[in-house]
Amino acid sequence: MAAPLTLLLVVAVTIRAVLFRSSLAELIPERVEVVSPLNAWKRVVEGLALLDLGVSPYAGDVFHETPLIIYFFHFVIDYAEIVFMMADALTAVALYLAVKDYNKTVFRKQKYALEAERYPLDCLELIRTPKEMYYIPLKVAMFYLLNPFTILSCVAKSTCGLNNAVIALFILCTVKGSSLMSAIFLALATYQSIYPLTLFAPALLYLLQRLYIPVNWQRSSFWLFTTQYAFMYLGSLCVMVCLSFFLLSSWDFLSSVYGFILSVPDLTPNIGLFWYFFAEMFEHFRLFFICVFQINVFFYTIPLSIKLKEHPVFLIFMQIAIISIFKSYPTVGDIALYMAFLPAWNHLYRFLRNIFLVSVVLLACSALFPVLWHLWIYAGSANSNFYYAITLLFNVAQILLVSDYFYAYLRREHHLTHGLYLKRKDGSEATLVLK
Amino acid sequence: MAAHKCNIFMLAFVLCGLTYVFVRADIEYTNHVKDAESGAVDIAPKTNIGASLQSTKTEDQTQTAEEERQWEAETNPADAPSDNKADHVHDTMQNLDSRPAPYAKDQTQEAAEEERQWEATEVKEADHGPDTMQTPDVPPPTPAKDQFQEELVIRPLHSGDIYASFQFRTMWDTDFLRGSKVSHYRLFPKSLGQVISKFSVRELHISFTQGYWRTMQWGQPFLPSPPGAELWVWFQDTVTDVDGAWKELTNVLSGIFCASLNFIDSTNTVQPSASFKPLGLGNVTDQRFLRYAVLPREIVCTENLTPWKKLLPCGSKAGLAVLMKSEKLFHSSFHSQALHFRPVCQDWKCKSTVWELRQTLNVVFDLHTSGQGKREWSLFKMFSRTLTEACPLASSSKVYVDVTDNPQGELFELSPTTPLLSQAVVLGDRRTYSVYDLTNQATFGQTRSLNMLLRWRAAESGDMLRPLLHGERYVAGYGLQTGEIHTLMYNNHPYRAFPVLLLETVPWYLRLYIHTLTVTSKGRDNKPSYIHYQPSKDRLRPHLLEMLVQLPPNSVTEVTVQFERALLKWTEYTPDPNHGFYVGSSVISALVPSVVAMDTNSTRECPLFSSFFPCKEESSYFMRVYTEPLLVNLPTPDFSMPYNVICLTCTVVAVGYGSLYNLLTRTFQVEEPSPGLAKRLANIIRRLRGVPLL
Repeated sequence: MAAPLTLLLVVAVTIRAVLFRSSLAELIPERVEVVSPLNAWKRVVEGLALLDLGVSPYAGDVFHETPLIIYFFHFVIDYAEIVFMMADALTAVALYLAVKDYNKTVFRKQKYALEAERYPLDCLELIRTPKEMYYIPLKVAMFYLLNPFTILSCVAKSTCGLNNAVIALFILCTVKGSSLMSAIFLALATYQSIYPLTLFAPALLYLLQRLYIPVNWQRSSFWLFTTQYAFMYLGSLCVMVCLSFFLLSSWDFLSSVYGFILSVPDLTPNIGLFWYFFAEMFEHFRLFFICVFQINVFFYTIPLSIKLKEHPVFLIFMQIAIISIFKSYPTVGDIALYMAFLPAWNHLYRFLRNIFLVSVVLLACSALFPVLWHLWIYAGSANSNFYYAITLLFNVAQILLVSDYFYAYLRREHHLTHGLYLKRKDGSEATLVLK
Repeated sequence: MAAHKCNIFMLAFVLCGLTYVFVRADIEYTNHVKDAESGAVDIAPKTNIGASLQSTKTEDQTQTAEEERQWEAETNPADAPSDNKADHVHDTMQNLDSRPAPYAKDQTQEAAEEERQWEATEVKEADHGPDTMQTPDVPPPTPAKDQFQEELVIRPLHSGDIYASFQFRTMWDTDFLRGSKVSHYRLFPKSLGQVISKFSVRELHISFTQGYWRTMQWGQPFLPSPPGAELWVWFQDTVTDVDGAWKELTNVLSGIFCASLNFIDSTNTVQPSASFKPLGLGNVTDQRFLRYAVLPREIVCTENLTPWKKLLPCGSKAGLAVLMKSEKLFHSSFHSQALHFRPVCQDWKCKSTVWELRQTLNVVFDLHTSGQGKREWSLFKMFSRTLTEACPLASSSKVYVDVTDNPQGELFELSPTTPLLSQAVVLGDRRTYSVYDLTNQATFGQTRSLNMLLRWRAAESGDMLRPLLHGERYVAGYGLQTGEIHTLMYNNHPYRAFPVLLLETVPWYLRLYIHTLTVTSKGRDNKPSYIHYQPSKDRLRPHLLEMLVQLPPNSVTEVTVQFERALLKWTEYTPDPNHGFYVGSSVISALVPSVVAMDTNSTRECPLFSSFFPCKEESSYFMRVYTEPLLVNLPTPDFSMPYNVICLTCTVVAVGYGSLYNLLTRTFQVEEPSPGLAKRLANIIRRLRGVPLL
């Protein structure tokens, strides 16, 4: 299994290295779909230049990376390309290992359930086979490494790649059951961009499940572990924030990084929903709508955790997808991360309702982004509404994709308990509806 | 037939003659009437009734005199010199007549002096009351230092245009700083004095400019200014809340000058660290007390000129200011009016300071639009007025005409000629000027009005001395996403390198990337020896980039920096967003090596135009160059869309919310087919009838 993965890594690195040397390396970092004010490489370089001039990088409104990033790149600025390629490879390997381990768990659980004869008889075709599951980890790695979105993001040297690596390592540690490392990587991801905060719930659920601690409010073991994990998480977050403070000896970075993420002052177009909405917003409703839109990201955590408390890995996927759709400065790199998980849900394929439509829309939108951007910004023959329309459509497609997978997952679970071929009372073939 | 023609000719001539006689009689009659009226009206505000009467009278006569002169010139050009001689004689005669006027002026001045002496001693008593030991050291009270000077410099430009520069200097001998409340104003404008003392202003420089000074065509201006409005202020170091004082001051000045200075806020105010040092006395150089702002979009027009003229002691009623007719001043290719307030030395020993208010007005009349393409300029042609007298309150009132390139009169002819010549070192060059002293009645000649005439002999003028320092700026790149600002600095000195300070103020919505800054001269990297960069904060403050660059001799130095254009909120755009956004001029300040020895004695009597920038050393002179402002387009949202965008985006969010909500709250259930409508209706009827349901 290691040989195909190595081959894949070699191919992926080669593609990136070739692109770094091509003329596209100048063009891609300027694309608003690929880089956002938060993670553009140009801004990292600017921050380093400001530091060299003796100006605090947070004195201006160009640099919004965390202090750890700036110190990291202070040492590896000359090897940036290698760093970003390694980050991608690391993400892919971490996802590969995580999915492999997860599949093992799934298979084991399925075996126990089969042995306990918990599945209805007609559900045999829903049972996952080792043959089908064998290539899933490789497919996940491939989906991440060969996804054009990831490649673009890497060639643009968007620090989104690093954030993805951190999240992937967090998933790996969680799946492996290492609660300390999981908490540290989750804290690092939160420190980088706040939103991964919502991954706390699925990680906790997974770790509890792994330790066979039931989610029960009355059980002290539940509370003990929760407190322990929360303490590790908050502790490492606190250490990171304090470390940042000591690196620059000022708290400026808090408003410049987190304030910037939450209050959305930079309206540079991107693939998200925020920029045009807040460019056109009436000033006195601005704060209200910012709150509404930001709460929207965190809002689904609790209901999703309740609904999917038996399936924390799917919950992680859902959360990452929701973050990448509703975050304030999304880029294609964020989308690439949750898309890498799609092969892991291969078995849901028969329950997806509009996968064809969604994939066609996503493909069309990806092609139309540069076209309409050109028409608006360079040719002047279109206006901002054209680009905005495409972002809307792109987001609708993403929402449909995610909710479709969610639907399929729930439906499969329903079938696993109630049987695949449901009959009505009168014996005719029944259709399932949500009620 | 010949006789017929002759008759007609005669008739026409007679008619013309009659018309002329009638018109003259009419004008004279109206003049008399006007004199009576204006005399009656003007008595109240004037201290010197005689002078004012005379001034109004002569002013009105100017028109006719002018006509006469022109007519004379046309009919009999050969007689002109002899005419001038006659004027001279006549003038001396008139001087005897007009003795009473200066006498009266002296009297009023004496009265004013007495008053001032009295006030000065009182202040001193308040200051040095307790320690009597110091009193012997204090020199005897000097005579009053409130004085007013006015001058006009006319420089014929090589392009055929003409440059006129007015300078008015009011010295204010007061001490508003030490808490002594000043309530009596003599020559200094009260409206400004109150503002300055209220906000503890140390130096104030404000300029309103319409048009761009073309350095390569016109040479250096006496006082440079950027297009639009520029304001920079040094506050006293006693001011604690500088930002608050600045905000209030801009609003007050906005009211005084009828200008949009109230648009100066934190987004266009900077504190340059080196480019704007105080021009007057004082060693406070802490930039905390400095505020600098430019409004490149400001349109300058009559409403700014009128309040500016009102600050002059004589208003626009007498002296050089009568020439300022707005319809002529603004029908020009360059117009700049400025006001500079600063502390200067009172005398050469520099023991005490006085406050100097310098009002300048620079204007360039275009050869084609104002001069009808003829290389012939007169005061009347430029200003549609002629000079008839000096401002009675002025201690000196002079008109200078630059004749450096014209020593033998081979380039242009200047009439009336004046025996007075003066040399001044201006901008590193020794220039020769013909001087007309307006306080001397002989200047006005027989016609009692001075209308200088400059007539070019050569169709093409000689080569202009290229300015040693020159700057240009432009935006490169296409599209609305990124761009690059290029600033070019030319050092035209053949063998001397000199350092310049470049100041760039860029609004926050053009996000500069300082790591893309390159400075190249002669194709090689030229690393600035000093860079002061203050990055912008969105909606809060602009970028400030200051650097010290050494310009190699005879070279072009190019400074480039890339920027990104921001998308603003729809309410942040100007009403005409597709016109573009202005970026103020960058400022190049330099000590340029001088060809001739500069005059370092700042207190010596010299023409006003040559004494503005203080000179520390003989070998170089200070110069400031403003580049062009930039006009940059930003991407715009669709301004008609707010409701649509809010609705559509909210719909998408609702789709997300709705589909997740749906899946989260509902459960899967087997669908039980619901009976059709007809069946249900039938069942209702059956139930009513009491028969079994279907």
